[in-house]
Amino acid sequence: MIGRRNRREFAHTSAVDEPQGELLPVPPARDVSRFGHGSRVPGWDDAVDLGKDPAQIPDPATTPVPQALRSEIEAHMAKYPDFRSAAIPALAAAQRHHGWCSPDAIWQAACVMRLTPGYLIAVASFYDMLETRPVGRHAVYVCTNISCSLCGADELLDRLKDETAGDPQFNVRAFECLGACDIAPMASVDGVYVGPIAVGEVPILVEQIREGLPPLPGKQLRLRKSTDPGAARAIAGAADPVTPTTSYGAPMSGEAAGPPAKIEAPPPPPEEDA
Amino acid sequence: MSSPTILFAGIDEPGLNTIDVYRRRGGYEMARRALTEMTPETVLDELLASGLRGRGGAGFPSGKKISFIPKAQVDKYLVCNADESEPGTFKDRELMQKSPHMLIEGIIIGAYAAGASRSFIYIRGEYAEQADVIDAALAETEQAGLLGENILGSGFSLSLVLHRGAGAYICGEETGLLDSLEGKRGNPRLKPPFPANQGLYQGPTVINNVETLATMPHILRMGGAEYAKIGTETSAGTKLVSVSGNVQRPGNYEIELGIPSREIIYDLAGGPPEGREVKFWFPGGSSSPVLTKDDLDLAYDFDTLAKAKSMLGSGAIIVVDDSVPVVSVALKLAKFYKHESCGKCTPCREGTRWTVSMLERVDAGLATPMDLDIMASVQEQIIGNCLCVLGDAMAMPIGSMVAKFRDEFEAHIEAARARNPWLGDEPPDPDPALLQGAARA
Repeated sequence: MIGRRNRREFAHTSAVDEPQGELLPVPPARDVSRFGHGSRVPGWDDAVDLGKDPAQIPDPATTPVPQALRSEIEAHMAKYPDFRSAAIPALAAAQRHHGWCSPDAIWQAACVMRLTPGYLIAVASFYDMLETRPVGRHAVYVCTNISCSLCGADELLDRLKDETAGDPQFNVRAFECLGACDIAPMASVDGVYVGPIAVGEVPILVEQIREGLPPLPGKQLRLRKSTDPGAARAIAGAADPVTPTTSYGAPMSGEAAGPPAKIEAPPPPPEEDA
Repeated sequence: MSSPTILFAGIDEPGLNTIDVYRRRGGYEMARRALTEMTPETVLDELLASGLRGRGGAGFPSGKKISFIPKAQVDKYLVCNADESEPGTFKDRELMQKSPHMLIEGIIIGAYAAGASRSFIYIRGEYAEQADVIDAALAETEQAGLLGENILGSGFSLSLVLHRGAGAYICGEETGLLDSLEGKRGNPRLKPPFPANQGLYQGPTVINNVETLATMPHILRMGGAEYAKIGTETSAGTKLVSVSGNVQRPGNYEIELGIPSREIIYDLAGGPPEGREVKFWFPGGSSSPVLTKDDLDLAYDFDTLAKAKSMLGSGAIIVVDDSVPVVSVALKLAKFYKHESCGKCTPCREGTRWTVSMLERVDAGLATPMDLDIMASVQEQIIGNCLCVLGDAMAMPIGSMVAKFRDEFEAHIEAARARNPWLGDEPPDPDPALLQGAARA
């Protein structure tokens, strides 16, 4: 069954030696959807100016680089034994200056690093956070992996997309596990982790991002206290064999005998948010 | 209280991310002692005696890993793997955000034992807040003379560079991480040679997880033999466990290895919401084969979970309750691995893609029970046939879901088929307008 279907699909290219009569009738040639660059393969020309030769290291005389970007990339290159290690930091810096890894951004980074643009394009297209097409300047990543989607992340993403629809300054996208399943469903708003976000809070959040205010200040991850009941307790066997006066427990000793850490109220179940 | 708290003791203390507070609590005392009073060999002996096993996922004995580093006079490297991308895992995040100096002290001790003169922290790009905290901590540490040339007059020099990634799950795989750190696409390498011989810049490299390194100062403080008394015989020490999913109190908990899993899920994390029950759970991140509610009394340590045909992995427990269909979780999981497959090895690249297609057929009611057999066989073909374990990481849980919930998969197919009027025994009369459209096409 599968083989037959394949033969039919590829009949116009590969069935030269085979008797046509046994095949199913060849369907009329369909319009194959093609991308702007004429290929059926998406994406390989992202952020590439095909008019230029990618094998050439850009000439500093004809590639002006903003001084701030140049010094930032050079600082990164100086940190590593091999300057190529700075490829990701350099591309991230270029993306900050240009908004995305545009041809200009790639050529400028390549010019400073003395690498071919092709090398940097290969790197940029591998990583999710390096944008190879123009995007809004506010990056809102919504984690939609297992833990978050169990807590209603897909609904949150839909709601966020509806709320920001048509606004070019937003880059709302589903993202793989962001490593914050304890505040699910959550989002990373311009690098700031916020959660758990109730669906009803989405309009407020979007308004805060538009105005440049801190996103949901009370729900930011960095304010969250540890859930571990042992976190407030002094360390077991605190006496340090070398410096008994400076055990980990010392500053906390007053609380050591007290009740365990107050456990933060669990996030409301997603049903209540709707 | 029975369970010891080592890494998380007083973790919420304000200002712990600054060197002053950390030092007041005895911080960097162990790094000083190691560098000035101990030889690399005695530090390594303590690590070996502690029985510490890697906390990143593979559970390889950490001391042994360092002992594989050749003694020759070449540039050696220590890389801290802070690319915590395993779905469900968020322990390193909390550790780095609240106590970055504990990690830096661990790196100094680990690098001293391995004889490494350069070290790197590869942190995932999404952890921007945590990276800023570490950057600030690094500046303080350098200021205090604990990093750089001739630390504390011991003759030992160490540089530490924080490297931010840009979002790729595969960069948590150790050789993918090394390629990414060298400024390439994060494709895993063929092993051997293992990183201990040829790693970063082709030099001997030891790669450790954040939690593993952060435990090292505590091992020196307690003594390796004393640390080994915590936990079980083969799984020594405490472990940070990230509990998430359908539980009432998701979060990080430090547990003694070997306690019953039920205690973690129910007593610490509060169990599933009222009126619901655990259906299945991932014991060690989304890559671990799932266990059901019958397995809740298993002891939570490396060997018991391996015997139950699963693994402790990164210590991330994802709980799924009985209100969630298994197919939706399987589809989420497969889509994640399809997206993150780097594409270097065919079984993984194609296997993840076809698994997603087959699960979509199951979800749409287009599959037959035979498709489930094909899907299970695809998973078997992936396992062990790739350069890294990303493909296995999808194949193992999907295979276990199909094996343990086959009835539900079949019922899901039937239900989806019944919902779709075009797939019944008597398809409805087609809409004439639709047929006209089809003829024109």
